Amino acid sequence: MIQINCLLILSAVMMFAGIFGFITRRSTLAILLSIELMLNAADINFAVFNRLLFNGQNVDGFFFTLFSIAITAAESAIAIAIMINIYRSLKDISVEKLEKMKW
Amino acid sequence: MENQFIFTLLILLLPLASFLFLGLAGHKLSHKAAGLVGTSVLGVVAVLSYYTAFQYFSMPRVDGVYQALVPINVTWLPLGELHFDMGILLDPISVVMLIVISTVSLMVHIYSFGYMHGERGFQRYYAFLSLFTMSMLGLVVATNIFQMYLFWELVGVSSYLLIGFFYTLKAAIAASKKAFIVTRFADMFFLIGILIYGFYAKTFSFDFVDAENARNIAGAAFILPTALFLMFVGGAGKSAMFPLHIWLPDAMEGPTPVSALIHAATMVVAGVYQVARMFPLWIQYAPDTLHVVAWVGAFTAFYAAAVACAQTDIKRVLAFSTISQIAFMMVALGVCTEMVTGHEHHGSLGYMASMFHLFTHAMFKATLFLCAGCLIHAVHSNDMSMMGGMRKYMPITHWTFLIACLAISGIPPFSGFFSKDEILSASFAYSPWMGWIMTGIAAMTAFYMFRLYYGIFWGTENKEHHEAHVPHECEWTMTFPLIFLTLITCVAGFIPFGKLVSADGMSYDFLAHFDWMLGAKSCAIALVSIALATYIYKGEKQPVAEKMKAAAPRLHQWAYKRFYLDEVYQYVTHQIIFKYISKPLAWFDRHIIDGFFNFLAWGTHELGFNIRGFQSGAIQKYAFIFFLGAIIILFIMIL
Amino acid sequence: MNFLSIFVLIPVLMLLGLWLVKGQKGIRSVMVVGSSCLLVLSVVLTILFLQERAAGNTAEMLFTASLDWITPLHIKYAVGVDGISVAMLLLSSIIVFTGTFVSWNMNKEYFLWFTLLSAGVFGFFITIDMFAMFMFYEVALIPMYLLIGVWGTGPKEYAAMKLTLMLMGGSAFLMCGIFGIFYGAGAQTMNILDIAHQANGAHAIALAQQHIWFPLTFAGFGVLGALFPFHTWSPDGHASAPTAVSMLHAGVLMKLGGYGCFRIAMFLMPQAAQDLGWIFLILTGISVVYGAFSACVQTDLKYINAYSSVSHCGLVLFGILMINQVAATGAVLQMLSHGLTTALFFALIGMIYGRTHTRDIREMTGLMRIMPFLSVCYVIAGLANLGLPGFSGFVAEMTIFVGSFAQADTFHRVLTIAACTSIVITAVYILRLVGKILYGVCTDEHHLKLSDATWEERLAVICLVAAIAGLGVAPFWISSMIDGGVAPIVNHITAYAADLSLNPFM
Repeated sequence: MIQINCLLILSAVMMFAGIFGFITRRSTLAILLSIELMLNAADINFAVFNRLLFNGQNVDGFFFTLFSIAITAAESAIAIAIMINIYRSLKDISVEKLEKMKW
Repeated sequence: MENQFIFTLLILLLPLASFLFLGLAGHKLSHKAAGLVGTSVLGVVAVLSYYTAFQYFSMPRVDGVYQALVPINVTWLPLGELHFDMGILLDPISVVMLIVISTVSLMVHIYSFGYMHGERGFQRYYAFLSLFTMSMLGLVVATNIFQMYLFWELVGVSSYLLIGFFYTLKAAIAASKKAFIVTRFADMFFLIGILIYGFYAKTFSFDFVDAENARNIAGAAFILPTALFLMFVGGAGKSAMFPLHIWLPDAMEGPTPVSALIHAATMVVAGVYQVARMFPLWIQYAPDTLHVVAWVGAFTAFYAAAVACAQTDIKRVLAFSTISQIAFMMVALGVCTEMVTGHEHHGSLGYMASMFHLFTHAMFKATLFLCAGCLIHAVHSNDMSMMGGMRKYMPITHWTFLIACLAISGIPPFSGFFSKDEILSASFAYSPWMGWIMTGIAAMTAFYMFRLYYGIFWGTENKEHHEAHVPHECEWTMTFPLIFLTLITCVAGFIPFGKLVSADGMSYDFLAHFDWMLGAKSCAIALVSIALATYIYKGEKQPVAEKMKAAAPRLHQWAYKRFYLDEVYQYVTHQIIFKYISKPLAWFDRHIIDGFFNFLAWGTHELGFNIRGFQSGAIQKYAFIFFLGAIIILFIMIL
Repeated sequence: MNFLSIFVLIPVLMLLGLWLVKGQKGIRSVMVVGSSCLLVLSVVLTILFLQERAAGNTAEMLFTASLDWITPLHIKYAVGVDGISVAMLLLSSIIVFTGTFVSWNMNKEYFLWFTLLSAGVFGFFITIDMFAMFMFYEVALIPMYLLIGVWGTGPKEYAAMKLTLMLMGGSAFLMCGIFGIFYGAGAQTMNILDIAHQANGAHAIALAQQHIWFPLTFAGFGVLGALFPFHTWSPDGHASAPTAVSMLHAGVLMKLGGYGCFRIAMFLMPQAAQDLGWIFLILTGISVVYGAFSACVQTDLKYINAYSSVSHCGLVLFGILMINQVAATGAVLQMLSHGLTTALFFALIGMIYGRTHTRDIREMTGLMRIMPFLSVCYVIAGLANLGLPGFSGFVAEMTIFVGSFAQADTFHRVLTIAACTSIVITAVYILRLVGKILYGVCTDEHHLKLSDATWEERLAVICLVAAIAGLGVAPFWISSMIDGGVAPIVNHITAYAADLSLNPFM
């Protein structure tokens, strides 16, 4: 059986990779991917801690994981739709160019 | 007793009604109908005034004095302890003024039928005349100084409207504006005087006899000279005393009948009337200030007479003559030294003389102006150079003008002789200096009036102009007033005026102690002046006049330009007030004060602009700061 | 529910009606019916008020009623009127009525805001609860921004922004002042009468606090009353506002300032009013003369009138600050008089501008021949403005001056005499204006083809002229009504002795 530490390290790495990506990437698509990474890191944590705490007696963590995946799916669908629309009108999805509605 | 005079209210209400009617519905009436309405109302007013005078002066005297009656007096506006009343006061001087105003006004109404015939705005003209008559009558019957001020302002505005009657002419607009603003400036002093008087004397009323009022006024004795002098400044504005006279010559831009009514006979004597009204207070509390009034008057009389000698516009000559004559009345009031009348008391003669001259002057000066109107009507010009030799064309105008000239010069038996002679007696009684100065000015009067007379009716005829347009005598509506007023001038001198009006109200027979020596002297001096004028100006060619002009060109030019006083005023108003006060103030307002608020707005905007970087909208920056903050807090918590 | 609330209810119903009706005809009928109702109501109120007074009811405020609104904060919806507010309600209803006819061709949205504004104005004058007053004050202020910004002319966005921001700045002061008074007086009530009469003889608010809140409150209301140097919104705002809005603003809204200064700032903080009034008295003295001089060289008709308003509204505050019954009565009369006169002026300017499409006096001349009715009324308005007897201005000015003269010390004397000079300067700019645009011969071909006033314009103008002349000819009843309203306030203030050491000029 894999050490729980390893799983937590994985999720931490994923989390920080996501944060790093979110802050540094220019493309909104990459930012979206980074957000997915962070969310998945959280999902892994849910699953891991469910296993650690209840050991199959209770499935609250798994339930949250599933719920979160569903939300993530919906969210990325909307986000991509927005991005497509932005791309159509501005021919660019770089965050730095999206200033039109700022002030 | 007072109830029987309640009808005097109609004297005020009828012209008011006529004004409102003509003003609101006038444009629906024909010229003739509008004129008839105005004139007939004035006719009724005149009849009522005569009836009032007759009734009043046939009342029995009480203690030898005609009682002052107040048929009506209501509180119009309460002002705390004080109150602003409106009412009618009948006493000898107000009754005399009623006669003067209604007579001249009626004549002017009739005269205007011919003079204003076919003018645009004929109805408006009659409406304004009614307004003026109402205001002027209200002024003279005022029961208190505030009511006088109210109507004072109203006559000012009707004068403004009538001077500017030909509102398409630039000169008329400027003249009306000038007249209003100059008199308004003086009125400010009048108002301050009233306020001081009201505050310290605790009354506005003219009832100085009432025990409580008298006590309060006595309590205000220390401030009364100031208050009265400020009121006099207001009077000086209306009565064109130097240096506030500058509006009157320009006011001649108005229609000539208006000049006759307002700027010769009635409104311009309001200042004299005001001083006469406050006379008991002047004598009792401010005799020294009263003499200042006399000297102001004397200087004005001299100045105006000097200017009148050099003018060529006939209405301007008459205007300066009016200024000079009103100054005579002021002098007469100013030289008074006591209230008590009687044969040993010459100190109060001036009061009666002043009122008498006011009366006679109104008649003959109105005649002169109306004659001038006929002349202008005939030759369509105000300038003497367009006239000359007019006696052939306009006999009635000629004779009436001549009689009026003789009257103003002080030749017996015309009315001016008597009234002017009383003024001279009063001046001599005050001081021989004043007496001789006034006699000299009387001589100048005779000179410039006859210069005018010869310039118009004799002298060099402007044949070219007359052939192109033959002058003719005017229609009866215009000549009738001339004749009527001239008849009054012929007989008015014999009215026993002293029996009706005197400083303390006691009957006073002037003729009984008439100073025949003085009369003869002044008459002789006037005759010499007339002879001099005849010598210089009667002929076709006027070599002497040319020589005089050439001998003192500077003097002539200065007199012709009225000693450049208008230019000085022009400089003060336009250069100083507009350029150095109003313009910088407006600039200050727009740039400094408004600039400060705009600066505030700009500052706020700039500040916001500069700190909006925090609110960049770049989500990555937010996230970075968020995580940074989270980590810092984490560290702090761990530590 | 007290019948005074109908004054607010009618505008609310009008708003509803305007929202429902369609077409210009419907809008007009709602407006005309509504504003006539208001006019009738205010006349009825005046009659009832005078009857009640004649019957011997000497209560300070009549027809009072109070309704709990926000209980924890002691905020009530309290109404009541005295002589001053009755006069103000009468003025407001006349202006709203004539304003309706002046803005005859405007659209629905305009009238919606216009009605909301009048609701605020009426509400302000009927309430005696500080919070409710403040709320109605704001209700009256905000629509102004849209009315000017949307339907204005010239640099309207700038003007609307400036006006709103400056008045909002005033509101900020005012709010501080009101809450200061509330807490200073023990945080028990917002009702003006209750605060004033809370402690018998003693100050309801501690002196040190009065000295802080009085300037704030007075300046806050003073901004709306065009107090120097907070008056600069007035020329720009008026110049850009549509006609009826200028009328309502100069005619009524600026009166809110004077009314508030008197009713809240001075009444509730009598000691501070006596101690510190001199600062504001100097400022108003400057306003009076300064406004008049500035008006002399303006070239825009509305600017001239705006500066003239600064001068005349200065006289309102001047009269109030004399703390003297006659002067304060005069000040309220001046509010009425200035409200009517300036509304007439703005109405006429709007009508002339609507025809000539210029307000520059250098570009107009000889209008008398072309539009005689408007021109004659303009002359009348001008003469009323310069205080001709027979019109309201004379009555008001004379009352103020007589009252001011009762303050016999040199400081007040000098200021009074300085204020007196304004009557001359007013004559200068009015006559200059009249001479330039109305008299003379018209040379502009475009102007020659213009027409005179239409019937609804005539109606509005005649109403205003009649009101001005009525007040000027028979001032007795309204003056005594106002006097009755002013007396308790002035007596309340003068019950406290002034600390003269605070005034360096005495």
